[in-house]
This record gives sequence, C-alpha cells and structure tokens, in this order.
Amino acid sequence: MSPQTKQVLNVGKAQLDLLEELTNANGVSGNEIEIREIIRKKVAPFVDEINVDGMGNLLVIKHAKKPNAIKVMLDAHMDEVGFMIVEEDGDGLYEFEHVGGGDERQFVSKPVSVGSQKLPGVIGSKPIHLASEDEMNAVISQQGMRIDLGPAGKGKAKRGDYAAYATKFIRSGDAIFAKALDNRLGCATLIELLKTAPEHVELLAAFTVQEEIGLRGAKVAAYDFYPQLAIAVDSTPAFDFERPDGNENTQYNCKLGGGPAIYIADRGTLSDPRLIRFLTEVAEENKINYQYRQPGGGGTDAGALHLTRGGVPSVSVSVPGRYAHTAVMLARISDWQDTLNLLQQALEALTPEILSGDRA
Amino acid sequence: MKTLLKKLTETASPSGYESAIREVIRAEISSLSTNIKVDALGNLIVTMGKKTDNGLRVMIAAHMDEIGVIVSHVEQTGLVRFSNLGTILPQYLAGSRVVFLNGTRGVINHDLPDDLHKIMPLNKHFIDVGATSGKDCPLKIGDVGVFDRSFVDLGKRVSAKSMDDRVACAVMIETMKIIKNSPHELVFVFSTQEEVQCKGATTAAYEIEPDLGIAVDVTPSLDILGIKMQVDLGKGPAIKVRDMGMMSDPRVVSWMESTAKKNKIAYQLEVLDVGTTDAKAMQISKAGLPSGALSIPCRYVHSPSEVVDMDDVQATVNLLSALLNNPISL
Repeated sequence: MSPQTKQVLNVGKAQLDLLEELTNANGVSGNEIEIREIIRKKVAPFVDEINVDGMGNLLVIKHAKKPNAIKVMLDAHMDEVGFMIVEEDGDGLYEFEHVGGGDERQFVSKPVSVGSQKLPGVIGSKPIHLASEDEMNAVISQQGMRIDLGPAGKGKAKRGDYAAYATKFIRSGDAIFAKALDNRLGCATLIELLKTAPEHVELLAAFTVQEEIGLRGAKVAAYDFYPQLAIAVDSTPAFDFERPDGNENTQYNCKLGGGPAIYIADRGTLSDPRLIRFLTEVAEENKINYQYRQPGGGGTDAGALHLTRGGVPSVSVSVPGRYAHTAVMLARISDWQDTLNLLQQALEALTPEILSGDRA
Repeated sequence: MKTLLKKLTETASPSGYESAIREVIRAEISSLSTNIKVDALGNLIVTMGKKTDNGLRVMIAAHMDEIGVIVSHVEQTGLVRFSNLGTILPQYLAGSRVVFLNGTRGVINHDLPDDLHKIMPLNKHFIDVGATSGKDCPLKIGDVGVFDRSFVDLGKRVSAKSMDDRVACAVMIETMKIIKNSPHELVFVFSTQEEVQCKGATTAAYEIEPDLGIAVDVTPSLDILGIKMQVDLGKGPAIKVRDMGMMSDPRVVSWMESTAKKNKIAYQLEVLDVGTTDAKAMQISKAGLPSGALSIPCRYVHSPSEVVDMDDVQATVNLLSALLNNPISL
C-alpha cells in the first residue's frame, strides 16, 4: 500500500450537478443515446480512449502509468426502465408497453416524457367515476391504461417511441429524489473514479446498454475488455421499513444509511469470495460504512461479466435506493459518498495478488 | 468405490464455494496427470493424453458443487433466515439438518403455517443453530452450508446427500484411473456452479475448445412410481437423448449405444422433461460442438438422501472408459 495520502472523494456541487443532468435525461433500455453523449463529453478530458461498440456501449479506457498494471473493468448501466408507445387510441391517447421491470400498480397517474421531442403526458386509466365497483377494488392492469398527451397530442407520437418518467431531480438535505438513480448513480460513480484512477491500474470503464432487459450490453462489453477482474456498480432496492405487524423485517435487501451494499450472491451471480473479502478489508481499514446485500433475488451486469470467455472474477457494489423501478427513487448522498470512497480505496489497494490462490 | 463415494458425498461444497471438494478430488487424481489447473471460476481441469491423427479433444464434465443454503439474515431471536444455492425443494426442508462451512450445525423448520397441509416457501423457513439471540449466533450474512447427512451403505444400493453430482465425480475419477492408450486428448473437468445454471462448464468449454462434449450427471429415477419414460435403478447407465436444455447429438447417442452393445453393458435411453446438465453449456460454446451425456439413475434427487445402485455406477465407469479409450467415429 502506498504511503502517500489517500484520495478522499466528496460529493459536492459538481457531483450533484452531474447526477442531476444524468437523471433528468432520458435513456430507456434500447435508447441510451442521450445518456451516452452526456457521459462522453464529461469523461473526454481525462481518459485515453473512448469507443462506442455495436450495441451502443460506451467503452472508456484510462491507461495505467506503471508497468505490470492490473486490468480492472468497472461497469455501470446507462439504461433506465420506461415505456414504449404501441398504438394510438384516438385523441392523444396511446396504448403502451413497459420496457424493463416495473410495478404495474405504480404506473397510473405518473407524468411521462414521450419521444425525442419529450412531449409531456400522463399515464391514466378509466376515470374513477365511470368505473364499476368491482373495477374500483381491483388492481388496474396495464391493458386499461393509456399515455395521455392531451388533445394536442393527437398524431404527435408513434409506435416505437420511447417514454420515460418525467421526474425532475430534487436534493433535500442528505436525500436525493430522482428517477433512474438505478443506475445513473453507477454512471456518475464511474465518471468520478475515472478522474482519480490510480496509476498502477489499467481502468476499463464500460457504460453499458440494456441491462434492465437482460444484461445485454454487459455481455458484449466484457467480451471486448476481457479484464482480470470486474466490478459492477449499480443501485439496489432498500426495503428497510419496519413491518406493520411489529415482527422483525428479515427481507430488507439492504438499508438506506448502511453505506455501499456489497453483493455476496444474487439470482445471477455468486460473487468471487476473494473480491468480497478484499472489499470488506478495504472498507474496514478505511473505516468506510458498508453493508452486505442480502443473498437472494435480483441481478446486476456482473451476471454477464463473470461468464465472459474463460471466466472473470466479479463482484457488485450498489448504492441503496428506495422505490427502485418507479417514478421517483430515493437515495442518500452519504451512501453515495461512501460508495465512491470504498471503490476509490479498492482501486488504490488493488494488486494482482488479490486473485492469487483458487477462487473459493 | 463405496469408500470414495462416502468421502466425496460427505464433503461440504455448495455452488460457488467448491474449494473443499476440489482438494479432495485433486488428491485422488494428482498422480494421473501433470496437466492440472484451476480456472477463474474454480473448475478443476485435468488433461490426459495427446490427440492422435484420428483423435478428438473430448471434454468430460461432472460438477463438483452441490445444492446448499446461504444465510440472508440473523434475527434478534438467533434464528437464521436463508436463501438457496441451486434448486432447494421446500418439501425436504422441515426437520432437515444443515452444516455450514465454518462448522456450525443447525436444524431447519418454519414459521407457524396457516394451513398444516401446505408446504411453506423458503422465506418462511429458518435455521436454528441453538443460539439464544442474534448476538451469540455463530453465523453471519453470506455464510454457506449444505445438507448434513452421512453416507449410508444399503448393500447393492447406497444413499447420501450430494449424489448429485459426486457419484459422477467418482465415476470420472475411476475412469481416469483406467484410461490407457487413448487416441484422444481427454480433458476431465470437475466443474463448479452447475446447480446455478452451468456456469463453470460455460467458461471451461470456452477455453478448452473441445471437439466433443460429454456430461456425466445423475438423472431422476422414480421407477417405484411406475412413471413412463423414467429410467430405472439397476438397469445400467442412461444415455441421454434429450433434456430441457439440450438435444443430444444423435451421432453421439448412436456411438454411445453401439459402444455399450459391443462391450455388453446394459444401458437405458433417457428422455428427461425436467432439468439439464453441463452438456447444455458445452453444446453451444463458441461455434458449437456435438454433445451428449451419460446419466447415473438416482432416486430422490435434490433430497438429503439420494439413492443410487452401485452396479449402475460401475457399469457407467465401464461404459465411459470404453468410450474414451477407443477411436470415435461419429
């Protein structure tokens, strides 16, 4: 470990402005162009290579300045969950499909932004005063919903147009309210880490597409980079409320205020135990607040990364966020800052010896 | 072979955490080859022989991992909540015992059911390790464990947890010991993480680039229930025709059948409607390769007490070695 003063990262105005720009922009899975261009402009001054591959992944390299560098891939997906216009239903009403996971029960009444012109609309359903008593008590299904662009919206949107939630970023004390914190937080994190990358690391940063619909960009990006190890940086749901029945909440996944969530196992990946141990040691040594995400469901780009070619030792780290895949997510600036510092210190402490010995 | 099988099945190594079984297997085969390596996902890869003019590079895979549990939460009460590594069937949980890699032992039971006749899902079960509170619980989030069940010798048949797929590992080890003058380059892979979608075999096949892939696994046998298309215990190895992940190359099936007939080894044909094996991953690796599988019939798969017939096990060794020791023309 280098005896120099360690780099401490702070989330200040520049970082929050960046996150605001990223979350307010629209990049539903399959249409990440706007996000990619924001990121490309931001990183260009301090990286060595920038490429966009056949799927639209933004592949960025910051070369090491020392020999025998370890090749590390950091991965953050650019896409967010959203909607796609299917058919006009008259007078500015449009049938739609959702893109990526989403809770149908939470669609109705949400403002959306449609197409490249960002037409304002709202997701509505049959007006309540026209619904029967049965319909009033049932969960509204997506079939009965429409994106309403208002009467002036007639003919303005077409099949295949993407729509995103129209939420605008708000900061309130330690809290951030925004759409797509999953995973603009990851993107913003990678951008910061590219600025301060240590000299003994060959840093391969992949801003990927289409994670939300099956880790599609990551598979391709990792094939190209084929690193010695990979870290997926994402955001994961916090179901951390108290239970109404007073019993202990045993399925919180992770907690707001608990710091970066290190993944042990999710539905797609069994993290490399050497990397779990390594990140834990880095957090403990630097007294950085951290937690383990509960093993169980969910997934990140690591699900594709670790199966690349002959295999890549991988782990994921996420910033906790409430209300994932809805119109407004909630995260804490302190959790994000702890995530930044954990990953910065991890990069600084990284040596090829971390992977010596067998996997587990 | 019972001694070997006892040693293998009584080792605790769930998906993702295979180091213990890797070392047990390594000790068994280390004298058989100088080309032994462990890759990024922990696969143990042993290469024997050189490819002659008409020879093939054959990848033979048996997975080392077993299904298991992983701690998701330690309650204030000291009870431990868990998630699954691989397919854990809830009906086998209540009353079962588990052992964790740190030595902790525990018993599984579940929350009070609304309906005593309904099987509860995994998240309503917990593990009791005898702790009186979360503070004196020797487990923490992420700790992994397996069913705690010792090997029992029933005579012609034997029972243990993790027959899936330790019996195939035993078959592979015994086959490796009698490989002699094979015209092929034989790459034996003791693979990892098969129970969580054949991960080890995927990356191993990519690096190995085999010409032909054979998986050795167990196949469910419910012969006592008289279900059609089930393979039976005691009727020999099953040559897999298809499962839910893979259609065996018909040439591979014919080759296996004709070899069995030539060597007077009784065999069965297997058409399976649940599950798959490492052969699925091998078949679609890179530009693809002909693949098939040999299965050892096994009762009560994924239960803590799986049952196999030792004559089937020996016959599988005989068939596998006959396949690998001789020229192959597909």
